[in-house]
Amino acid sequence: MSDAPSTPTPTPFPAAGNISDAEREELRRHGILLTSLEELYNWGRANSIWPLQFGLACCAIEMIAAATARFDIARFGAEIFRPSPRQADLMIVSGTVTKKMAPNVVRLWNQMPEPKYCIAMGACAISGGPFKQGYNVLKGVDRFIPVDIYIPGCPPRPEALLNGLIELQKKIQTEKVAGPQAAKHLRSDVQSEFPVPEYGEHDIVPSKNPDVWSPPSLPRKA
Amino acid sequence: METLEQIRDRIAARFPGAKVSIQLNPGAAAEHSLLIDSKLGREIALFLRDDAALQLDYCSNATGVDWLDKEIVDVKKTTVADPAGGPAKVVEEKTKRTEPGYLEAVYHLYSMALRHGPVVIRMRTGNRRDDVKLPSLTPVWKSCDFQEREIFDLYGIVFEGHPDLRRLLMWDEFKDHPMRKDYVSPDDFEYEPTPHDAVLARAKAHYPAPPPAAPATQPEVKP
Repeated sequence: MSDAPSTPTPTPFPAAGNISDAEREELRRHGILLTSLEELYNWGRANSIWPLQFGLACCAIEMIAAATARFDIARFGAEIFRPSPRQADLMIVSGTVTKKMAPNVVRLWNQMPEPKYCIAMGACAISGGPFKQGYNVLKGVDRFIPVDIYIPGCPPRPEALLNGLIELQKKIQTEKVAGPQAAKHLRSDVQSEFPVPEYGEHDIVPSKNPDVWSPPSLPRKA
Repeated sequence: METLEQIRDRIAARFPGAKVSIQLNPGAAAEHSLLIDSKLGREIALFLRDDAALQLDYCSNATGVDWLDKEIVDVKKTTVADPAGGPAKVVEEKTKRTEPGYLEAVYHLYSMALRHGPVVIRMRTGNRRDDVKLPSLTPVWKSCDFQEREIFDLYGIVFEGHPDLRRLLMWDEFKDHPMRKDYVSPDDFEYEPTPHDAVLARAKAHYPAPPPAAPATQPEVKP
């Protein structure tokens, strides 16, 4: 090709060696399927996500709608909503997280086995949403647990949840199984259990987990 | 249905010692209410429920109101006769007094049997600090159960005789009453993308401190 880019495009599966897609296709035509363990491992995990059956408010209705025939989350292999956190690997925080509920959300997250992922669905789960200035709503679930995908909307439509799911699948497919870039569940230095906040006299204590979340520093005119 | 005045007069006749008055609602809805004596609250409620002409058998709503201390200016006008025989002067004397605040529980009553309503009744506590007890009307109307728990939680009115008075919305360890007008909510507004008004004033406390003014350095002159 004359208009080839100067930098070579990264091969999608580096563990498979330095062969081009055309060469892979040629081999496939001869009945040889060339792949890597990493690709196989990520392919299997990305297409069999088991979300936790867990809804908090209006977003949960949209999440339920995503499981119906019209939207059919089963197309993505993510239709098995598990009633137990011990059998789930995706927590869709769908709805308003109140301060009374927040310790229970963290507790459920701790009970989920690795590898696990978190989707914050809707404005409330991301930031508190329309209740941000209230006294009883957590201003974002990412103050206590790490969030992989944020889905904006109030509430987001089921298509938006499916898009978030596809984005999560893309994220899983690019994870590495070994080396310094390995996925967090394969590394021993990455924390997987998070302290559960206590109910205090005026607020939950602590009001945020500084290891997970710290406020962005925005210099403003005073 | 009887008018509120008729109901008030019948309550007054039935309970001679009870203080019952009509609180006017100046709004367009003109939903006036009966302020009943909290000491006889349970008895009056039973009367309203069981009276043949009223049969207010359903409490659809119960809520609380917080009234802060109110400063009232009394103007006393006195006419002073002019000793010289001129026109009399009117002297205004202003005195300030503080009316102590109180908490209030408001109940909206309907009759399912006779299909009328609402009759709005109110009860007041003595003050906002220590005398915050009111008789529970849950034994009269079962539907008050959660609503009175909510009032207890958010306003701090203690309902005596409630079968299960626990916090409903906030956790048990919580000490404050968030719907009181002097409640100060926790300051967890560390980060606001577009703060304005009261939120801006609050967010300012979290602004990063301005960097210390760097001392003016002489530019290096290369030889």
